[in-house]
Amino acid sequence: MLAWTIYISFAGALVLALLPKGKAGNGQSAALARVIALLVAAAGFAIAIAGFAAGAGQGRVTIVDVPWVPMMGIHYTLAADGISRVLVLLTGLAAVAGVLFSWNINHRTNEFFAFFLALIGGVYGVFLSFDLFLLFVFYEIAIVPKYFLIAIWGSTRREYAAMKLALYSFVGSAMVLIVLLAAYAAAGSHSTGLVNLANANLPVSFQMWAFPVAFIGFGILAGLWPFHTWAPTGHVAAPTAASMLLAGVVMKLGAYGCLRVAIGLFPHGLDPWGWSFWGIGSWRDVFALLAVIGIIYGALVALAQTDFKFVIGYSSVSHMGFVLLGLVTLTQVGVDGAVLQMFSHGVIAGLLFAIVGRIVYDRTHTRQFGELEGMYLGRRMPFAAWAFVIAGVASMGLPGFSGFVAELQVLMGAWIAKPWWTAASGVGIVIGVAYTWRALQKAFFSDRLPRPDEHPKEGWPKFEAITWPEITGTCLLFAATLIVGIYPSILLNSIEPAVKALLAGGMQ
Amino acid sequence: MNYADLFRVTLPETALDIAALLVLIVDLGFLRKAALQTRIMASVLIGVLGCAAALVAMPYQAAGGLTYPGSTDLLLSAGGYTAIAQVGILVLTVFTLFLLIGSEFTKHVGEFVAVVLMAATGGLLISAGQDLLVIFVGLELLSLGLYILTAFAKRSGKSAESAMKYYLFGGMSAAFLLFGFSYLYGLTDSTNLHQIMRALNSSPANGAAPLLFVALVMIAAGLGFKVAAVPFHLWAPDTYEGAPAPAAAFIASVSKVASFALLIGIGTAAAHALDPGKPMHVWITASMSPKSMPAYFGFAGPWSLIIAIIAVASMVFGNLAALAQNSVRRLLAYSAIAHAGYILLAVAYFSRSNISANAILYYILTYGLTTIGAFGAVSVVERINGSDRMDAFLGLYKRNGMLAGVLLILFLSLAGIPPLVGFWAKFNLFAAVLQVDRGVAPFALVAIAVAMSAVSLYYYLQVLKRVFVMPPADDGPVKGSPLTMGVLALITLAVVVLGCLPGLMQSWMASFYAGM
Repeated sequence: MLAWTIYISFAGALVLALLPKGKAGNGQSAALARVIALLVAAAGFAIAIAGFAAGAGQGRVTIVDVPWVPMMGIHYTLAADGISRVLVLLTGLAAVAGVLFSWNINHRTNEFFAFFLALIGGVYGVFLSFDLFLLFVFYEIAIVPKYFLIAIWGSTRREYAAMKLALYSFVGSAMVLIVLLAAYAAAGSHSTGLVNLANANLPVSFQMWAFPVAFIGFGILAGLWPFHTWAPTGHVAAPTAASMLLAGVVMKLGAYGCLRVAIGLFPHGLDPWGWSFWGIGSWRDVFALLAVIGIIYGALVALAQTDFKFVIGYSSVSHMGFVLLGLVTLTQVGVDGAVLQMFSHGVIAGLLFAIVGRIVYDRTHTRQFGELEGMYLGRRMPFAAWAFVIAGVASMGLPGFSGFVAELQVLMGAWIAKPWWTAASGVGIVIGVAYTWRALQKAFFSDRLPRPDEHPKEGWPKFEAITWPEITGTCLLFAATLIVGIYPSILLNSIEPAVKALLAGGMQ
Repeated sequence: MNYADLFRVTLPETALDIAALLVLIVDLGFLRKAALQTRIMASVLIGVLGCAAALVAMPYQAAGGLTYPGSTDLLLSAGGYTAIAQVGILVLTVFTLFLLIGSEFTKHVGEFVAVVLMAATGGLLISAGQDLLVIFVGLELLSLGLYILTAFAKRSGKSAESAMKYYLFGGMSAAFLLFGFSYLYGLTDSTNLHQIMRALNSSPANGAAPLLFVALVMIAAGLGFKVAAVPFHLWAPDTYEGAPAPAAAFIASVSKVASFALLIGIGTAAAHALDPGKPMHVWITASMSPKSMPAYFGFAGPWSLIIAIIAVASMVFGNLAALAQNSVRRLLAYSAIAHAGYILLAVAYFSRSNISANAILYYILTYGLTTIGAFGAVSVVERINGSDRMDAFLGLYKRNGMLAGVLLILFLSLAGIPPLVGFWAKFNLFAAVLQVDRGVAPFALVAIAVAMSAVSLYYYLQVLKRVFVMPPADDGPVKGSPLTMGVLALITLAVVVLGCLPGLMQSWMASFYAGM
């Protein structure tokens, strides 16, 4: 059933691409495109929910497994375990919210939603593939729509950012392709099935180099420091829906690849080298160090930004650091936390980007704190202010929201592995509070008096009223982070057994 | 061997040549007063029918090919990789002929089609040739046709200039090739590929002779010119830019298929002469000093080394030079150099079984098809905007949405984005290289190739950016003739379908080996 999320997304993209374009200024075809996109996204979300509910208590369920390229042993294998189901759910949620928050796109609307749905379809595909080859195919399918979404509908330095994102992604996937080719050859050129490769007993020496190449290849997309630089520029340049997807699900593609492919197929790549340098004695230590640096660096840089959206962009790097740190703890609780953090950050970052990009920027046409400070947005746009307060609080990791449960588990896992990881990343959380408050205060509750030239004589012009898609989208994302924050078991029950199986080696 | 046997093996070639003569008779004899487009339609129709006849004749070729009298060694092979390459050449020729429709660069339509068909005959011949002389004759037949086709736009200075360059380089490289062939003959007393390989392998003195190295470098120079590999590529950008679109497409597709078929023929002969357990691979230390080379290395060792060096040079230089191009045709030329580099990897690491041959053919056939489509799309834009500069593509999505879509699919396929066919071709090829040899050297070479194909995305996106992202400079529609658009749509559809169902073409190719 879950496989239909992929098919309907691509079908929706195709329909929208072929939809006859209305004459310029004709709103009808744009409205139709929006409705189609919303229906497709909602259908995908509904299937994701149903699949999640149906999969409760089950392990890995194979959805379809047919030979695709029989001569090379490549199968079209779609399957779902607890991790996949959670991430598919996230994708459905992000897709619906993304469509809602791009309701005001009027420029080349059909194409916008066509690229949007093609991206979503690719993302669903990655989360459901259980053949490395198929996973790679979907992974690459997701690159091209990102480029066009940013380059055509983006803002600040969009062409530069789009190209940077596309090239970073493609370099990452080139590394993954090298690992894929090598693993295929090393396992005897019989199969690219994830289960088969995991059980192929690849030599330790092979895993030792394949692991870091795969981890960095996927990690580039997960915002692994120092390969994260595409993320802030990409997020900032992207149109709101694309930022939401980038932070919400595309970065998760990378993290998911790190978990499913790098750790799942090459577990011995994390073994100690037998020597150590300043406490770094394995790839695990190396990537934990990079993750911790990412957490602190992202947070510090976010603290210094003058552009509202850059704050959120860098905060994504910081939060994704927790995901990567959780993964390399290799402890049950740490990896559980990492997967939960993928979901949580997907929802919260989506919300933050929606508020900054759609609700605030589309009305004020500026994201500079210096200008926002003089606008009294706290009073003039109370919905945005309160939404940002709640989202910010969730982002800081306050109990009651999903971020808390997730980051707590990551920190617990890190403590079990190496206590200093926890200590160092705790600093990141503190800075996280600081940059979130700073942004909140500067954007919405500034006490700086407006300069005379900023103060219009005839009172403040009214902003366009908050529209129903914005309210719906905001509520949807709030609900998700609250439900998971209050009752995390709803996801953890699904994540735990899958992580356990994955860490136990092999994926039988 | 008698002439009846020879005729049975060369049925497709004969069909093409008859069609070439027919075109001349019909166009020059009956249609002198007709309108240009009518003549084009008639000539293309005859050309297509000729190719179809050749395709129909293929199953009736003598199975197993033609041997020398009193020997089991092949003179002309049939079936297997030869048949696949020949079918590919015929199909791609049909597509290039379609590009002629609607063009106005020449009034000598009949001659153009006739030359295309004769050049294709040369292509068929070198796909089958197992004898140095046959190969040379076939190559010259193909090359002479290509020089003429390049110069066909008589009113264009660029066309003449590029044809001149192409001809001078081509003549030089043919001389190199012949020189290399003569050394091989001198070393082994034979002009047959199989006998040469056996002679080189059986006698250590021959296998290690410095003369062999010289001969192989010469041959690599001659064949490197045909496939536009660095450093023998200098003609390619000018020719791709200056030649009329159908001629450029023919050079980029059919001629490449034929040349790689020849390289497959050489590789197959070399690999079969080796001990079964010994793959053909680059043995750097051994090849560096010919004296220390093991006897069994014969032809294969130094050949693989030379080809591997050319391959790396081509993919690195081709991709980097393409970054700086402003003309889309030149960009396609440099990207062709890069693609040739990837394929040459599989020529360097060649296997006795048909994995390598199939991977190479899969790549070059699908690449040829994609390139024809790309040239077709570029020529439509060129006809309206009068230029193939990048800026001529500005805002194409608004001026012709379908053409923009075609360019999107074809260029992404060239960049190797799944699920388009270009990706499978690459994967198949690299997997074949690693299957022949799992050592560090082939792995490093594949890693370079993959990294370089990441670079290539940049320049393909530069074109697509102008097509989709930037606003048009001119709002007039860009219209191609319905037939051209239909052919482009067909090619695009093939790129998508073959990409989504890669098994189709693989099992089709495997069927040619069934009887062997």
